[in-house]
Amino acid sequence: MPQVLVVVDAVDGSAPKPALELLTLARRIGSPSVVVFGPDAERAVETLASHGAEHVYLLKDHRMLDYLVVPKVEALEQVTRQIGADLAAVLLTASPEGKEIGARLALRLDSGFISDAVDVSAGEPDSGPAVVATQSAFAASFTVTSAVTSGVPVIAVKPNATTPLAQPAQPAVHEVDVELSEAATAATITAREVLQSSGRPELTDASIVVSGGRGLGGAEHFALMERLADLLGAAVGASRAAVDAGWYPHSNQVGQTGKTVSPQLYLAAGISGAIQHRAGMQTSKVIAAVNKDPEAPIFELADFGVVGDLHQVVPALIDEIISRRG
Amino acid sequence: MPKIVVLVKFTPDLTGDRSFLADGTVDRVSVPGRLSELDEHAAEQALQVRESSDGWELTYLTMGPDGAQDALRKALSMGGDAAVHVRDDALHGSDAFATSLVLAAAIQRIGFDLVLTGMASTDAGMGVVPALLAERLAVPALTFAGRLTVSGGAATIVRDSDTSAETVTARLPAIVSVTDRTGEARYPSFKGIMAAKKKPVDTLGLADLGIDPGLVGLAAARSTVLSAARRPARTAGEQVKDNGDGGKLLADFMAANRFI
Repeated sequence: MPQVLVVVDAVDGSAPKPALELLTLARRIGSPSVVVFGPDAERAVETLASHGAEHVYLLKDHRMLDYLVVPKVEALEQVTRQIGADLAAVLLTASPEGKEIGARLALRLDSGFISDAVDVSAGEPDSGPAVVATQSAFAASFTVTSAVTSGVPVIAVKPNATTPLAQPAQPAVHEVDVELSEAATAATITAREVLQSSGRPELTDASIVVSGGRGLGGAEHFALMERLADLLGAAVGASRAAVDAGWYPHSNQVGQTGKTVSPQLYLAAGISGAIQHRAGMQTSKVIAAVNKDPEAPIFELADFGVVGDLHQVVPALIDEIISRRG
Repeated sequence: MPKIVVLVKFTPDLTGDRSFLADGTVDRVSVPGRLSELDEHAAEQALQVRESSDGWELTYLTMGPDGAQDALRKALSMGGDAAVHVRDDALHGSDAFATSLVLAAAIQRIGFDLVLTGMASTDAGMGVVPALLAERLAVPALTFAGRLTVSGGAATIVRDSDTSAETVTARLPAIVSVTDRTGEARYPSFKGIMAAKKKPVDTLGLADLGIDPGLVGLAAARSTVLSAARRPARTAGEQVKDNGDGGKLLADFMAANRFI
């Protein structure tokens, strides 16, 4: 079976959930191989093996992390050329960095590139393309299927495209040394300030997201959303208005210029639902909203809407959840 | 004189009913276009660089159909010296690879020390053209800048990832893409709008750039759209008014859907 190369960052030595999703998707197309970046890359091998990885290529060179994407692109170029004709596709996570790596790699391989796929499947056998990608377009108002027509398909897949499924394998592990060009080290990371982890699920991975907007009225009121989130095991999101006002970190922004989320439940409190916000949450399975304005556009999407003051409704919801759990 | 080239794109208005043509390309006619709002931040940053030290020459560059002139005029009304419009019927349906090929040739023709772009377009939204231009022009790319400073022949940015804030630096010439975090773009003044009408806008075709039309357009795209279907619009569900029981009703809804 041809190899499908999955690209994984293991900065702290573990394989993140989106990587396991990619492995699950890769098994639909071929035999999964994994390139892992990070000084502690081998610590991820066990988890990758439990999700079907047949080959693991370790790239422990610290230069992979000290510069922007080019060292990773050069390493991937080397690994893909090594695999040669046996390579069926390359899958990456559709983070900003993953998309840049994918596009640059595709250019170097004379391949096509598809970004922001929400699903990947094998094409019809014997006819048509080998790999078909599904995307959402125009703030999720269209579903588009597409295929690469030149070279090995390189596809960046959004987190949450599928549920990771375990499948034990015994991978061959290869340590890869890479020769970098001078150009690879031209964009130097001179400082890295690690942001404090909230301890909550990643926004893009979480099955429930509770988001606050302008209606919260101030940074201090995000504590209310955090209380609700912690009761539900949810991630906390924020609208651009709330982020621009400095009430919550940009890393939590949902929308066109922030994260795209697709949870089982999206609860919007005090968010009017401008198109830029909807672009980031419209594909959520269930949407609930609380807003004072009965005409707020968010209600056009909401499966359940409460017209009222979130400062009354959300605390009452919290009390209800606590009392129902006894 | 050091040169900044700012890339701008004419994109269908976000609030319009955007859709696809039968050939799988974006319909750029039915919905009115405008200067992509994310590119306004690139123009703003370029103007700030130009204002912070003398002598920068600022040229806007776009590739697109006739209407794309509007995006150039809008950008010129914010400030800047000149604009270049690459327009050629053969470009219809170009993918990111062909787009980067054409833009790289135009940038080389203009000459550059710094190329500034938005973080992504508001239509296709891949956000990969800056990286592809870096490959084509063999210069470093500093992408997704939330802050930018240019001095002493180098560009330095600060950008947020999920886990850290990174400071990244590169010598010029370089490409920088900026996010909306860099700050609001200025509003064109009346004087700016009038001045923009007199600024030179060059139109170039593929022949002017020495590019074989066979390398661009829909036929040369490295991927193809198999289908584009409108999703059923989400419909509004139940709406209740909070009469002191809103929290309870919401809890009922969440319990019925097994979220609590």
